[in-house]
Amino acid sequence: MFAYIIRRTLYAIPILIGVNMITFVLFFVVNSPDDVARMNLGMKHVTPEAIEKWKADHGYDQPLLYNADAPGVERLTDTIFFEKSVKLFAFEFGSSDAGRDIGADISERMWPSLAIAVPTLLLGLLVHVSFAMLLAFFRGTYLDLSGVILCVVLMSISGLFYIIAGQYLFSKLFHLVPVSGYEPGWQAWRFVLLPVLIGVFSGLGASGRWYRTIFLEEINRDYVRTARAKGLPELRLLFRHVLKNAMVPILTGVVVILPLLFMGSLIMESFFGIPGLGSYTIEAIQKQDFAIVRAMVFLGSVLYIIGLLLTDLSYTLVDPRIRLS
Amino acid sequence: MMWVLLWTDALVFALVAVIVTFVLYARKHEHMRAPWREVVRGRIAVAALVVLMTYTVTGLLDSVHFRKALPMQDGQQEVQYAGDVVSLLDGLLGDLATQVEKTYSAPFATTLYTRETVIAEDGTQQRIFPRLKYGGAHLADPVSERVGDIALRSLRALGEALLIILLLYALLSAWLGRRWNTGSAAAALRMLRGETDVPWRTALVTLFVFVFLAALIVNLASVWHVFGTDKVGKDVLYQTIKSIRTGLVIGTLTTLVMLPFAVFLGMMAGYFRGWVDDVIQYLYTTLNSIPGVLLIAASVLMMQVYMDTHPELFETMEERADLRLLFLCLILGITSWTGLCRLLRGETLKLRELEYVQAADAFGVAKATILMRHLLPNLMHLVLIAVVIDFSGLVLAEAVLSYVGVGVDATTMSWGNMINRARLEMAREPMVWWSLLAAFSFMFMLVLAANLFADAVRDAFDPRLRAQR
Repeated sequence: MFAYIIRRTLYAIPILIGVNMITFVLFFVVNSPDDVARMNLGMKHVTPEAIEKWKADHGYDQPLLYNADAPGVERLTDTIFFEKSVKLFAFEFGSSDAGRDIGADISERMWPSLAIAVPTLLLGLLVHVSFAMLLAFFRGTYLDLSGVILCVVLMSISGLFYIIAGQYLFSKLFHLVPVSGYEPGWQAWRFVLLPVLIGVFSGLGASGRWYRTIFLEEINRDYVRTARAKGLPELRLLFRHVLKNAMVPILTGVVVILPLLFMGSLIMESFFGIPGLGSYTIEAIQKQDFAIVRAMVFLGSVLYIIGLLLTDLSYTLVDPRIRLS
Repeated sequence: MMWVLLWTDALVFALVAVIVTFVLYARKHEHMRAPWREVVRGRIAVAALVVLMTYTVTGLLDSVHFRKALPMQDGQQEVQYAGDVVSLLDGLLGDLATQVEKTYSAPFATTLYTRETVIAEDGTQQRIFPRLKYGGAHLADPVSERVGDIALRSLRALGEALLIILLLYALLSAWLGRRWNTGSAAAALRMLRGETDVPWRTALVTLFVFVFLAALIVNLASVWHVFGTDKVGKDVLYQTIKSIRTGLVIGTLTTLVMLPFAVFLGMMAGYFRGWVDDVIQYLYTTLNSIPGVLLIAASVLMMQVYMDTHPELFETMEERADLRLLFLCLILGITSWTGLCRLLRGETLKLRELEYVQAADAFGVAKATILMRHLLPNLMHLVLIAVVIDFSGLVLAEAVLSYVGVGVDATTMSWGNMINRARLEMAREPMVWWSLLAAFSFMFMLVLAANLFADAVRDAFDPRLRAQR
C-alpha cells in the first residue's frame, strides 16, 4: 500500500512541472513582457524607455530562458523562467504587479475563504444527503417525482440568480443580515450566514439528484433485498445499510475538493465583498494583475493535485481490494 | 446589401451541415433510429425539443449577417455600405433596435423612470416624469388608454397565434392522415385525443405558446417597451433576443471544438495503450489539474492583451467582438475535453478486448479501419450524451464568465453582460429589476429545456439504463 501511495505522489511531480510550463507559455510566450508593459502603461504614446523602466521595476527585464550575459550558473537562474516560474515550486510567489507581497496576501486572505467554504461544504453535505435520502425513501411516489422535477428546475437556474435574489430578499427586503462586508473573529457569522445558505441551496439541484441516483443504485443491490427479506424495517435498512455504503462514493467525491476550499468561491466572495482568495483572484483578473493570476493558477493546481492524492488515499482506506494489491 | 460572413457564422452553418448529415445518416440505420424514436415519444422531451428548436431558429436567423447599402448620392459611382453589421433577425424585429429612449423606463411604461426638470409652457420649472419618445407614444392619454391598448393588442396576438396553430394542425392532420391511410379527419381526432405515438398534441401546445409569444412581440413591441429599457435607453427585449445567439454559439461551438480532441485522443489512448496512453493521460491530467475558471481567465486575459496590442487585425467592431466570442469558445473547448476523453479511453479499453475487434485484428484489418469502423460507432452514444449534457452547463458558464470579466466582448449582447450590468441597478432606489428578470427567464427557459432533453437522450441511448428497465 505504501508503494502505491509513493508511486501516486511521484506521479504528481511531472504533472506539476507540466502545469508550470503551461502557465509560463501562457503568460510570457503568448504575449511578450513588452506587450504586458505597454498594456499596463496605457496603450497610446508609450516610449521604449517607459517600457524598459516598467519591466525593470517589476522584474521582467531579463531574457526568457537563457541569459548569455551572465556568468556561470546564473545564465540559467537570471531569467524570467527561473525567477517567475521555477520559484513557484518553493511557493515563492514574488510581488504582484501593483507591488504587494503575494505570499503574505494569500496567507491573510485564506481565512475568510475558509470561513465560507467549510460551513458551506458541511451543511451542504448534510442537507443534500438528507434530501436525497428522503426522495429515495419515497421512491416511485409523487413526492419522489416532484422532488426530481424540483431538482431539474433548480439545476437550470443560474447560480448568479440565487445570489442576487437571496441578497435582495434577506438583506434589502427583510434586513436580516448585512448586504456585504466582513469582520474577522466571531462577529463574522453575520456576514457568513447568507453566503453559506445560498451556497447550500444553489447546489441542492445537482447534488440532490446525483445522490438520489447513488442511493437508488444501492437500494437495488442484493444485500439490501436480503436484509428486507429478513424483515428489517425499511427505515433501519436505509440508515444502517444503504446510507453507510452510499456515503463511500459521496465522500470520496468530496475529498478531491477539500484542498480547493482554500481558494474560496470567486462569485460568492465578490458578490458579498468577503476579502478571501476568491475575490482576490477576481480583483486581479479585473485589474489585469498577471503576477497574482499566475500565482493563483499554480496554487490551485497544486491544491487540486493534493486533492487527487487524498482521493487515492481514501480509496485505499475504504476499498480493501486496492489496499491489498 | 452586402452579405457578411463572420467567423462564428461560418462555424454555426458548418455545425448545421454536420447535424443534417448526421440526421440523414441516422435515418438509414435502424439501430440509430430506435433510440431517437424513443426520445420523441416522451411528452416532456418533445416539449423541450420544441423550445430548443424555437431558440435555434432565432439563433440561426441572427447568424445571417449583412451590411445595408446606403442611399445613392448624386454623381456617386459605387454603392456605399453602412458601417454596422446587422442580421436577418434585426430586419424581422424592425425598429426595436433604433427606438432608443433617454434612460431607464419600466416595462410598458409611458414615462421615464426618473424625474426630470422641464420648463412648462407658462415658463415655470417642473419636476415631472417625461413621456417616452416611443413607448406608448401613440396614445393621447396614456393613463386611461394604456390597459385597453395592451389588452386589445394581446387579444389580436392570441387570435393570430390560434389561426397559425390551427393552420399547422390542419396541415399536420392531412400529412399524418395520408401516412396512416386513415384520412385527415381521423388523424386530427387521434391527435386531439393524444392517442398518437409521437405526442403531437404536446408539440402543438408548446408551439402555440411560442407562436403566441412571437405574436405578442410583433403586436406589442412596436409601440411598447415590453421589458422596459436599460440605462442608455435601449430596449431590453431586443437585447434579450439578440443574446440567444451568443448563448447558443457558446453552447454548441465549444462542443464542436472539444469533440475532435476528446474523440481522437481518447480512442488512441484506449486502443494503442503503452506509451501513447501514458502521454495522453499525462496531457489530460495536467490540463485537468488547473482549476477551470482560472485557466479560462488566464487564457482570456492573454487573448485580451494580444487583441489590444494588435488592433490592426480587425476591420469592424463586430469582427472584433466575433473573434473574441470564437476565441472564448476555443478556450472553453480546450479546457473541457478532458472529461469526455477519459470516458472514451475507458470505453475503448473495454471494447478492444471484445471478440469482434480481436477477430478484425486477426484478419489483418488496418488499425485505422478498426478505429473508424468498429470502435467509433460504438462510442457515438457516449459522445452524444456528453454533448447534450454539456450544452446547458456552457450556457450557464457564459453568464458567470462575463461576470468575472473574462466572458464575451462588452459590445456583444449576452445574458451574462446583461446580468453584469444589472447588478449595479439592483442598488438603485427604486430598484431596476426588468433587465435582470428578462435575462434570467430567457436563460432559464433554454437551460431547462436543454436539461430535460438531455435527460431524455441519456435515458434512450445509455445501454446501462436501458438494461435496468
